Amino acid sequence: MTLTIIGALPLLGALLIGTVKKEQTTVVKQMALLTSILTAVAFAITAMRFEVDRPGFQFVESHSWLPTFGINYALGLDGISLILILMSVLLVPVVIVAGWHESEGGRWSAKTFYILILILETMMIGVFAATDVFLFYVFFEAMLIPVYFLIGGYGVGERSQAAIKFLLYSLFGGLLMLASIIGIYVISGNQIGHTFDIDKLATLQIDSLTQNFLFLGFFIAFAIKAPLWPLHTWLPDAAKSATPGTSVLLLGVLDKVGTFGMIRYCIKLFPDASKTFTPMIITLSVISILYGAFLAIGQKDIKGLIAFTSISHFGFITLGIFAMTTQGNSGATLYMFNHGFSTAALFILAGYMMRRRNSSTIADFGGLQRVTPILAWTFFIAGLSSLALPGLSSFVSEFLVLVGTYTRYPVAAILGTFGIILAALYILIPVQKALHGPTTAGNEYLPDLTRREKIAIAPVIAIIIALGFYPKPALDVINPTSVTTITDAGFSDPAPTGGK
Amino acid sequence: MSAPALNYSLLAPILVILGGAVIGVLIEAFAKSTSRTALQKTIAFGSIILAFAQVWRVHNQSSASVAVKSVVIDGPALFMQGTILLLAFFALFLISDIDNFTAQASAVPGSEEERSALQTGRQQTEVFPLTLFAVAGMMLFPAASDLITLFVALEVLSLPLYLMAGLSRRRRLFSQEAALKYFLLGAYSSAFFLFGAAFLYGYSGSITFEGIRASIVDSPQNQIFLLIGMTFLAIGLLFKVGAAPFHAWTPDVYQGAPTPITAFMAAATKVAAFGAMLRIFYVVLGNANWNWRPMLNVIAILTMIVGSVIAIAQRDVKRMLAYSSIAHAGFLLTGVIALNKHGLEASLFYLVAYGFTTLGAFGVVTLIRDSSGEITDLNRWAGLGKRSPKIAALFSFFLLAFAGIPLTSGFIGKFSIFSAAYESNNIAVVVAGVLSSAIAAFFYIRVIVAMYFTDAHDDTVSVVIPSRLTSLTIWFAGLVTLILGVYPTPLLNQIEKIATFIH
Repeated sequence: MTLTIIGALPLLGALLIGTVKKEQTTVVKQMALLTSILTAVAFAITAMRFEVDRPGFQFVESHSWLPTFGINYALGLDGISLILILMSVLLVPVVIVAGWHESEGGRWSAKTFYILILILETMMIGVFAATDVFLFYVFFEAMLIPVYFLIGGYGVGERSQAAIKFLLYSLFGGLLMLASIIGIYVISGNQIGHTFDIDKLATLQIDSLTQNFLFLGFFIAFAIKAPLWPLHTWLPDAAKSATPGTSVLLLGVLDKVGTFGMIRYCIKLFPDASKTFTPMIITLSVISILYGAFLAIGQKDIKGLIAFTSISHFGFITLGIFAMTTQGNSGATLYMFNHGFSTAALFILAGYMMRRRNSSTIADFGGLQRVTPILAWTFFIAGLSSLALPGLSSFVSEFLVLVGTYTRYPVAAILGTFGIILAALYILIPVQKALHGPTTAGNEYLPDLTRREKIAIAPVIAIIIALGFYPKPALDVINPTSVTTITDAGFSDPAPTGGK
Repeated sequence: MSAPALNYSLLAPILVILGGAVIGVLIEAFAKSTSRTALQKTIAFGSIILAFAQVWRVHNQSSASVAVKSVVIDGPALFMQGTILLLAFFALFLISDIDNFTAQASAVPGSEEERSALQTGRQQTEVFPLTLFAVAGMMLFPAASDLITLFVALEVLSLPLYLMAGLSRRRRLFSQEAALKYFLLGAYSSAFFLFGAAFLYGYSGSITFEGIRASIVDSPQNQIFLLIGMTFLAIGLLFKVGAAPFHAWTPDVYQGAPTPITAFMAAATKVAAFGAMLRIFYVVLGNANWNWRPMLNVIAILTMIVGSVIAIAQRDVKRMLAYSSIAHAGFLLTGVIALNKHGLEASLFYLVAYGFTTLGAFGVVTLIRDSSGEITDLNRWAGLGKRSPKIAALFSFFLLAFAGIPLTSGFIGKFSIFSAAYESNNIAVVVAGVLSSAIAAFFYIRVIVAMYFTDAHDDTVSVVIPSRLTSLTIWFAGLVTLILGVYPTPLLNQIEKIATFIH
């Protein structure tokens, strides 16, 4: 029941907010914040009770939902879902505090905004906690709707086009996945009786041709979500149009559903097909890393910059996942967590900057280092984390991914390493040009961070630094699940090549 | 020869409706015009409730010889009769808003007669008995078990619909044009149907389903008659469900007919027509599936694609919903092709889910008006979300159900029908269905965009305060769509119990 209760908390908060009058924006915001903090605390307490060394799902609950199809309402946590839910529930309150005024430029009231955010939070918990493939799909699709309204209703610029593009891409992928889900459901009916239980489905014997098709259905859906080149084209538009807070949830959490799905569903359900497609996916990942990085360098818009860096980072994550080594896998999982926070930091700070300057063009932020030192420094740290500087959290995960990949695909790892060099360019050039350059006219009297803004960004920066120096707790949680994923899929880590 | 034995108990639901319809005609002829509408409504609702009670009373019974060999009452037949009655009940709520209908259908549009009928308030109410006749035909259609009865049922359900399509008060010429088109094409398809029936008789020497079924099992000879017969019979039926390439009437009729009638037609006719189709292809022609399956496969895929692709180009809500109904006919055909128990169950569920969603969606359309009547131009729906958030939210919900988004009935329907198709190894249809769903999502979402993300540039459009009956229909449809999306188990269990054709 624990997971259901935690997952229902935000929904409950949304219902309560529904009873408040539209004009009482402050009350609405406070209620939303309180709900999200409660959820985060409740989940953190639960996470403490997670037994790291126990294999399989914990906090399991299962109730029959649609017995006709063998569908259960089944939830459970393993290392990967634990860490991702933790990231989600931590990010929501941060987003609410950071974007305190974010809902004001919207089509609708602040009330609707926070109701949507909280509904989304429930679905984010559900999508990671579901252990029934059907239930996962329900959350996977249903969560598109609140995001769609968040982008289209509260974003800037071509917001409704961006929202449609996002929705159509995702729906397309989702429907392909539905075809595969139907496929695996029918196969389960023929072999072990209709079920959607992920562990039972993993035991099916599927011939390789069918497996390939079913795999592709899942994979394309996840690759759109993640997003992997060449299915990424919705992301920059969505990120540019969405409010900074929505972007954090979109890139930080929602996109992780894609990479999470690759581990939980693609590899677990279709190990042979995963093996077949690995070369292709590794190639696409490397292209994503380099492509995202190159385009990031050329961005003039700060939100576009962050979006393209994310494409590059997602390339690293998929590379780590499909390297099929325990190091690569746990590195990729940790990367998801870290990317959530470093992207959050970048977007939140970019949001602060844009609010002050009313522009998202990088060149407009000249000289912020002198005018608003705290803002500039925190942005610098977030940027360094994004380029994976040792001592900051992303370094550990990027290193693990590259090491894990090198043992099996040395060429891909080496090419991927160029991504790090490019990362230095795409972060340091804007930082140097904008923040450190001469003060752009109009920036002279910009105020530095307010107390609220500091409170919002502080925990994010703290996590980035803390996990940079001491990633062990996170890795302890992730590692057993990564080992299980890789060994269950029939892989073993290659022997170190050095001794040959 | 003695008189044929009729099982009145099992025929009661149909007889009640027919009786109500006849009384309705008498009221139309003899009752005073002041009390007519009220009387008609009483009779119509009364006979539907009574008929439903009869269906409920016999819901555990079945017999293959209800009227000699002409009518079979079994689980699916009763289920569909019950569904049709429920849908008709709520459609009648919409129809009760009598302002949508012309005061005097026989008056020439724009004539002095028409004006005087309007001014004096001499409203004719033939729409109620016509609806009841159509309902009776629809109830008989899936229960018919010989070709003659099937044809009679088809005509009994179609003829009133042709007339009802022409009853619109506003834009009368447009409405009459729709009625005429519907009638001509319908008559044409009836001819196909009869032609096919004749060949099937020629093939088997029998007009009963049982006889045809037996001769398909026995003799592999004379295949050519069988092929011609079932092809033409299928064309007649495919016309009724609006499958491509026999769909051309659908958009015109849906658009021209008064919206309450469109709602009734779209929801209930589909149930009846698919009911008959399922019986024919599962029971009668089931053993010849090698012959018809490839053909229906192609038609199903074509229907899904035609419906969803052409819908993209529509700027009129009713036309868009018409094309969407074509696409849904394609999805339903996959249930027919599946030819297994799951396919039958999924089709039954889908029909209920789709019927109510359709009713709700058209119900909303009746509310969006300006001074000259309903507004169906999508451009003028812009900004509706701001002015009447509840109605816009409900309509969006119906559209999401059409698109098959989880937590709506449409999703469960789509999932079950596609998994039945997959089970019968018909993966091409599943893939086509999934892809056309993706295309379809585009135009459903476009309407949501128009309502929520576009600013109104036209202040004349307003949402009329719905009458109590209309809003009851819409909210009930919304509730059904939600419940069947979140917890459909009771209905699914019920369907599982009854979904066996007897023969």
